[in-house]
Amino acid sequence: MKGITKSFPGVLANDKIDFVVEKGEIHGLLGENGAGKTVLMSILYGLYKPDEGKILVNGKDVDIDSPRTAMKLGIGMVHQHFMVVPSLTVTENIILGREPTKNRILLDAKKAFNDVKEFCDRYKLEVDLKALIHALPVGVQQRVEILKALYRGADVLVLDEPTSVLTPQEVQELFRAISALKNQGKTVIFISHKLREVLAICDSVTVLRRGKVVGTVKANSTNLSELARMMVGREVIFKFDKEQPQTRKAVLKIENLQAVDDRGLPALKGIDFNVYACEILGVAGVEGNGQTELVETLAGIRKATAGKIILGEIDITEASPGKRIQMGTSIVPEDRQKRGLIMGFSVMENIILGRHDQPPFAKGLVRINIRETLNYAKNLIDSVAHRSNGTINVREVLSSARKLMESLILGSRDKTTIAKGFVRLDITQTSDYAGRLIDEFSIKTPDKDTLVQHLSGGTQQRVVLAREFSRNPKLIIASQPTRGLDIGATEYVRSKLVDMRNKGCAVLLISADLDEIWALSDRIAVIYEGRIVAVEDPEKTSETEIGLLMAGGKFG
Amino acid sequence: MVELIEIINVGLFAAALRMATPIAYGALGGIFSERSGVVNIGLEGMMLTSAFAGVALSYFIGNPWLGVLGAVLAGGLLGLLHGVITVKFAGNQVVSGTGINIFALGFTAYMSRTIWGSRGASASVQGLSDISIPLLKDIPVIGEIIGTHTPLVYLLLIVTIGSFIVLFKTPFGLRIRAVGERPEAADTAGIDVYKTKYLCLIASGMLAGLGGVFLSLGHVNLFAFGMTGGRGFIALAAMIFGKWMPFGAFGASVMFGFADALQMRLQALGLLPPQVILMIPYILTVVVLAGVVGKAVPPSNYKPYVKE
Amino acid sequence: MLPQTIAIALAFGVGAITLLLTGYNPLEAYVAMLVGAFGDTFGIGQTFAQATPIIFTALAFLFAYKCGLFNIGAEGQFLIGAFFAALVGISFSGLPSFIHIPLALGAGILGGAMWGFVPGVLKAKLGAHEVITTMMLSYVALYITGYMVNYPFKAPGWVAQTVVISPSAWLPQILPPTQLSLSIVVALLLVAATHYTLCRTTVGYEVRAIGLNPSAAESGGIGIKKGIILALVISGAMAGLGGAGEVLGVHRRFIEGFSPGYGWDGLAVALVGGLNPVGILLASVLFGALRSGGMTMSRTTHVPLDIASILQALVILFVAAPMLIKYLLKRGGVKKWSS
Repeated sequence: MKGITKSFPGVLANDKIDFVVEKGEIHGLLGENGAGKTVLMSILYGLYKPDEGKILVNGKDVDIDSPRTAMKLGIGMVHQHFMVVPSLTVTENIILGREPTKNRILLDAKKAFNDVKEFCDRYKLEVDLKALIHALPVGVQQRVEILKALYRGADVLVLDEPTSVLTPQEVQELFRAISALKNQGKTVIFISHKLREVLAICDSVTVLRRGKVVGTVKANSTNLSELARMMVGREVIFKFDKEQPQTRKAVLKIENLQAVDDRGLPALKGIDFNVYACEILGVAGVEGNGQTELVETLAGIRKATAGKIILGEIDITEASPGKRIQMGTSIVPEDRQKRGLIMGFSVMENIILGRHDQPPFAKGLVRINIRETLNYAKNLIDSVAHRSNGTINVREVLSSARKLMESLILGSRDKTTIAKGFVRLDITQTSDYAGRLIDEFSIKTPDKDTLVQHLSGGTQQRVVLAREFSRNPKLIIASQPTRGLDIGATEYVRSKLVDMRNKGCAVLLISADLDEIWALSDRIAVIYEGRIVAVEDPEKTSETEIGLLMAGGKFG
Repeated sequence: MVELIEIINVGLFAAALRMATPIAYGALGGIFSERSGVVNIGLEGMMLTSAFAGVALSYFIGNPWLGVLGAVLAGGLLGLLHGVITVKFAGNQVVSGTGINIFALGFTAYMSRTIWGSRGASASVQGLSDISIPLLKDIPVIGEIIGTHTPLVYLLLIVTIGSFIVLFKTPFGLRIRAVGERPEAADTAGIDVYKTKYLCLIASGMLAGLGGVFLSLGHVNLFAFGMTGGRGFIALAAMIFGKWMPFGAFGASVMFGFADALQMRLQALGLLPPQVILMIPYILTVVVLAGVVGKAVPPSNYKPYVKE
Repeated sequence: MLPQTIAIALAFGVGAITLLLTGYNPLEAYVAMLVGAFGDTFGIGQTFAQATPIIFTALAFLFAYKCGLFNIGAEGQFLIGAFFAALVGISFSGLPSFIHIPLALGAGILGGAMWGFVPGVLKAKLGAHEVITTMMLSYVALYITGYMVNYPFKAPGWVAQTVVISPSAWLPQILPPTQLSLSIVVALLLVAATHYTLCRTTVGYEVRAIGLNPSAAESGGIGIKKGIILALVISGAMAGLGGAGEVLGVHRRFIEGFSPGYGWDGLAVALVGGLNPVGILLASVLFGALRSGGMTMSRTTHVPLDIASILQALVILFVAAPMLIKYLLKRGGVKKWSS
C-alpha cells in the first residue's frame, strides 16, 4: 500500500502511509488505539475508499471497492468485533455468501458441511460445525471467523486485535494456528497494540502513530522498549504513587452473590469478596466470565438471584439503582456510549444524571415521603416534649422542625412516595455546577450545552468521571474504564482512579487489560466462570500465575 | 343458548379459514420484511391499495385474474417505496409505514370517488369464483371446511410452505436472515445488504397485495372505503404470535380468522349490539400481544444499515 | 425547517400530478383551497378552528415520541376524552361554568389518560409494541363510543348522538359563525406547558432520557417502566383534552363520527412540525387550512375531499426520509443548502 491517506470528519486517520508486506510472512501492525491501524486495514479490505494512494497486490495496481473484490484478490479479514450471525450454525456462518446448492435453488447442507470439514482438517482448526454461534465461547467464534476467510480463498489474512478476548492459553493456541497458516504458505497481518505478543509471533513489525508510519523493523532485531518508544513517542507512566491506607474498613462486602445472564444461564455462581477503603481491588479475567453481570448486579440493573451486597453497614441487595447512587456508589460503565452517557443530551444534562431530581439541581415540590415525614414529625414532637432539666432544647427543636420542613418539601426517593411532582430544574444551579466540573476535569468542550455525541471518546469519559467522582462516592466501580481511549486519556483516567483511592474511596476495577490491573491494583482478584478463584497480592504473584487462573487452571 | 350452538357448524370453520386468509398473507409479508430487518407497519396500506387496484382493474378490463395481478404489482410497488424510504434514505420505519397507511386511505377514497362517484363502495365487479378440489371436498366434515374456496385460499397454503422453504432451505433465505440479524456480518461476507432488503420488501408488499385483493375480489367483489379494517395490524400480531415463522403465523392467523368469523355470525344473530361484537378481533389482538410478546424475541436488528 | 418546507412543496407537487392525471385542474383546486382557508374572516376562523384539535393530538404524539414511543392511537384517546367530557356535560346542570368547564375538561383528560395507560402498562410490563396496541385500542374506542351513542346515551331522533350538554359546560365560541372556540386558547397553553415540561422539569428530563438512551437512564436511577407508563398516560391525556375541547366548544354533544381523523392529522403535524412546539403550531395551521380549504374546494370544484388526505400522507412520506431531501438538493445542484 503506497501513500494511503484517509480522513474522516475532524480526524486524519491515515497520513500518506506506505505499508509493505512480503509473501509468507507474519507482519505485525502495531500502534496505540486510534493510531489508524484498523482504518488502514479496512481500506485494504474494501470497507473504505482511500482519499489518496494506491494498493498493489502481487505487483499489480488494484482498486478495492468492496469486501467482495478484496476476497477475490485473496484478502481476508478477521475483525476485532466478530462478524458472525448469532442464531445461525457455524457451517451456515462460514458458507454465507458462497453457499453450495443443489439444482441452484435449494441449499445443499450436506455438501456445505463436508466442504467446511475439509478446511478444518487442513488447517487443524477444530470447531463443532453444527453448533449455533451464540452458544460458543469467544475463542471458538474467532476460529470460525478465520475459517470463514480461508473458505473464501484468502491468501492474506488480516487479524484485527485478535487476542483482546482470549486467555493467555487461547493466545498460545492462536499463535500455533497462525504458524500453521504460515507453513501452508499464507501471509498474515497481525494488528495489535500489545507489544509483547507482536514481538512473539511476528517476523516484522510496522509501527503507526497518529496516522503516520513511524518505522518498519524486523522482530528479531528490536526489543520491547524500542517498540514502545516508537509507538508512543515518549516515556509512559506505568506505576502510580500510592499512599498506604490508614485503616481496614470494608466498604463493600459481597456474599455468595448469584445472578443469571440475559439468556437465563448462571453468570455469577457465588461471588465473595470485600473491597476496603483506600484500596483498588483489580478484578482480572477474560471477558465473558461474568464481569458484565457483576457490574450490572452491583449497579442494581440486574437482579441478584441469591446472596447479599452490603455497602458500609447497609444491605443494598434489593435497592434500586437510584438508591445506590444516593448511598454513595459510583459506576464508570464499560460501554460509555450505551450505559454511561445519553448521547443526545448536553454535557450539562449528562453531568446531573442520577441526581437530576434532587437539590440543588431541582427545586419545588418533589415528593412527599410519608414514612419519613411522620418520623420527622414525631422527632419534632419528641424534642418539644422532651425536657432535660426542665428546659426545652431549642436547638433540637429547630433542627427537627427543619428536617420536617425539608421532608415535606424535598422528600426522598422511596417506595412510600405518594406524589411525584413536576419538579423544576434549577438551570442556574445546574449551569454553575456543570461549569465548575468542566474546569475541574478539563473537559474539552465548546460549552456546557454541546451535545455529548460530538465529543471525542476521551472527553466523553471525562464527563462520566466528572459526574461520578464529584459526588464524593464511597465506592467506585470502574469497568474497562480505558477501553478505546488513547494514551493520554488512559493516563488521565488511571491517575484519577488513584486519586480517588487516595482520598479514601474503595475502588473496584474490572479490566481485561492485565497491564492496567497490574499498574493500579492493591490487590488482584481473578474471576473465572462466575466465581472469584483467587485474591492475590501483586507483590507475591506473577503474570503467568494470574494468566493461568484466568484460564481456569489452578496454580501449583 | 341454542342459537349459539347453532352457529358452531362447518360453515363457521370454513369461514374461519376464509377470514384467516388476508391476515395470513399479511403476516407472511410481515415475516419477509422483518426477517430482513425492516419493520413494516404499512401492511395495512399495502393491503388496502391492492384491494382497490384489483377491483379497479377488474372493472376496466373485466378479468379478475388480471385484477389480482395488478393488485400484487401495486403491493409490490408500495413495498419498494417503503424500502426506498427506509433503506436508501434511512428514514424512520414506523413513520414511513404510517405514511403509507394514510396515503392508501386517502388515495383509494379519492380514486374511488373519481371512478365510481362514491368513496363508500364501488360498483360490483367480476370477482374470483370458488373452485372445488375434486377428491378433497368429498371427505366428510373436513371436506366441507376446506374443499371449496377461492383459489387465493389454496394459493395461501402453497405460499406458506414456499415461504418456509425459501427462508430456511435456500441460500437466499440464509442471506435474508443474516442481513436482518447482523447486516455488518452479511456485508463483510460479500452480500448486497440493500438489494436483499429491497427484494424482501417487494415480496412483503406483494404478499400483502394478495391478502388485500382477497378481501375485495375474492370475497365481496367490490371495494369499500377502508375495507381492510385494521387487518394489516392484526397480521403483525399474528406474525409476532407465530414467532416470525411461516407456519406459526399461519396458525395464528387461523385463530384470528376464527374470531372474525365468529364475530360476523354473532352479529347476524343479533344477540349483542354490533359495536360490541365488532370489537372482539381488536381486543383479542391486544390480549394476544400482551400474553405472548414477553416470550417472543424478534429475530432481527431493525437499525437502518448505513454504509460508509 | 427547510427540509420540512421542501417536503411540503414536494407533496403538493406530487398532489398536483395526481390531480392532473385524474382529470382535475390542480391550479384551480389549490387556489380554491387557499381562498377557502384564508380568503375571508370566516375562512380564517374555520382554519384555526380545524387546527385546534390537531394541535392536541400532535402534542400527544410528540410527548410519547420524546420517550421513544409511537402513540398512533391518539384518535382513540381523543374520542374517549370527548365522550367522557360529554358525559360530564350532560350529567350535571346548574353548576357554575367555572366549575363545570374544568370538570368536563378534567374528565376528558382522565378518559384519554386511561386510554393511554393500557398500552403504557402493556409495553412497560410485557413489552407489547405500542404501535399495535394503540392502534387496536383506537378501533375499540371507535366501537365503544359508537355503542354508547347508539344505545344507552342516544338522544331521540335519527342521528347517533347524545343530547346537548348543559350550557354551563359550553366553551364560548369566540368568532361566530365560525367554530373557533376558547379551545384554541387551551391548545396554546398546552403547547407552552409541553415545552416547559419537556425542557425544564425533571419529568421531562426523565422522559427524554428514556427516549434517547434507556440503558443510561436506568443506570442514572430513572425508572424506565414508570417513565413509559407516565409518558403514554400524559400523551393520552393530551389527546383526550383535545377531544373534550371539541365537544365543549364546537359540537356541544358527542356525535358518532364527528372526528374526521384528527388523531391522524396530529401525527402528520407532529412530524411536519419537526417535532417541536412552534413547528407544530405552524403545521397544524397548514393542516387546518387543508381541511377547511378542502371543504370549500370540494364544494366549488368537485375535487374529492380526500386529496387532502393524500397530500397529508405525501408530506409524511417526504418528511420521513430526511436524507431524500438532502439527496434531491445535491442532485438539483443546490449543494450549499444541504448541511
